[in-house]
Amino acid sequence: MKFPNRTIWGYRRENGRVGVRNYVAILPLDDISNAACEAVAAHIHGTLALPHAYGRLQFGADLELHFRTMIGTGANPNVAACVVIGIEPNWTQKVVDGIARTGKPVAGFWIEGNGDIATVAAASRKAKEFVHFASEKVREECPLTDVWVAAKCGESDTTTGLASCPTVGNMYDKLVPLGLYGCFGETSELTGAEHLAAARAVSPEIAAKFMQTWSAYQKDVIEAHKTSDLSDSQPTKGNIAGGLTTIEEKALGNLEKIGKKIKFIDVLTPAEAPARGAGLYFMDTSSAAAECCTLQAAAGYVVHCFPTGQGNVIGNPIMPVIKISGNPRTVRVMSEHIDVDVSGIVRREMTIDQAGDLMIDTIARTANGRFTAAEALGHREFVMTKLYRSA
Amino acid sequence: MANTPHLLVHDRRDNVGVVVVENLAAGTDMLCVVTEDNSELRAVNNQDVPIGHKVALRDLAVGDTVVKYGQDIGRVVAPIRKGDHVHTHNLKTKRW
Repeated sequence: MKFPNRTIWGYRRENGRVGVRNYVAILPLDDISNAACEAVAAHIHGTLALPHAYGRLQFGADLELHFRTMIGTGANPNVAACVVIGIEPNWTQKVVDGIARTGKPVAGFWIEGNGDIATVAAASRKAKEFVHFASEKVREECPLTDVWVAAKCGESDTTTGLASCPTVGNMYDKLVPLGLYGCFGETSELTGAEHLAAARAVSPEIAAKFMQTWSAYQKDVIEAHKTSDLSDSQPTKGNIAGGLTTIEEKALGNLEKIGKKIKFIDVLTPAEAPARGAGLYFMDTSSAAAECCTLQAAAGYVVHCFPTGQGNVIGNPIMPVIKISGNPRTVRVMSEHIDVDVSGIVRREMTIDQAGDLMIDTIARTANGRFTAAEALGHREFVMTKLYRSA
Repeated sequence: MANTPHLLVHDRRDNVGVVVVENLAAGTDMLCVVTEDNSELRAVNNQDVPIGHKVALRDLAVGDTVVKYGQDIGRVVAPIRKGDHVHTHNLKTKRW
């Protein structure tokens, strides 16, 4: 396997980005448009509704994040075409215009003055057109490094830091220097390893930006809202059952997934698309799996590597999530959820280098179309991050 | 396999290691491997310890720092003997 020349078969989109799935998304602008979107998806075979909980009376940075997540999701290269349905035309059109900048087919519909039934009829006709468009797309040979790969770990235990996170780290160490876009997040979950994370920034300027982001999360989220301490929540009950005792221990394992050599080149706000070229990016995210994956997909990542110890079952509707575990018990008792078994590492039968190669091979196979365990099991967790209460 | 480790230690500076076999019974003469350099040592665990949980490699007093990955992972809150199970009953975060 020669990584520099490794190719995959992907969908080359109008803006040059490579997708590995070919969805026609039916995207609600707001919570009250979920029913219409689900009706269209039920009517037109080959479409995917993306219901969610928000989109009304948000304001300021929270509203900006909502638009960024909506537009980013529709713009993701795994989406071939997109129908947007909202309650009213203005915000709906804003999302349509944002997605249209990619050059892909997109159309908006609104319910006020029309009602659900007429809206669903009109949106269904457009969705059917988009399905014909998307289903004629043919996969082309593309460099593996055109596949943007995000990472986040969940239901971690001590094997995560010994095996599954170093596996992802080894993949990044091999592929990022060749031109891969990578992404890690989980701001609060780097607590205890924040000094080591900052040391992995490409420059003092980016290190300062990282520390500012981490400190703001500590101050504005953790300190502002905690009751006693976070030991009941971070580490989680599952983490503790798996042997992790403190946030510091969890953070040190978490950080293993950015490898040993590469540096991160920028700090992204939630759902912000990377803009400094190929390289590893840190994104300011919650450590909750569905929130973090949804933000990374909205930033344009098309494949996800998800190390787990105790067995988190997360998936994402538009981005395949590959599960990696090094816990011998988890790969046995939850085998249907695990794509990459690296438990040989803790038995000293497999090296981290071999595991990294297996990871790269699994990314390529997933990009070529192989369903992940989460896809086969129907996991489609789409969870918006909300910064504060609506007006 | 005879040379399958019972306990893995990330870094030579660590004072705890991680159990990587299931059903580890108290009093096992554990093969411990330091992953950093593949060096080996032996230790005996004082209790049954579940897979993924930590065992102390030396005696630790209240207030001592527990070291894993060569880094500070918290403070000792109850005395620990070499071979003891280390978890929430005797180790606490220094952060929140």
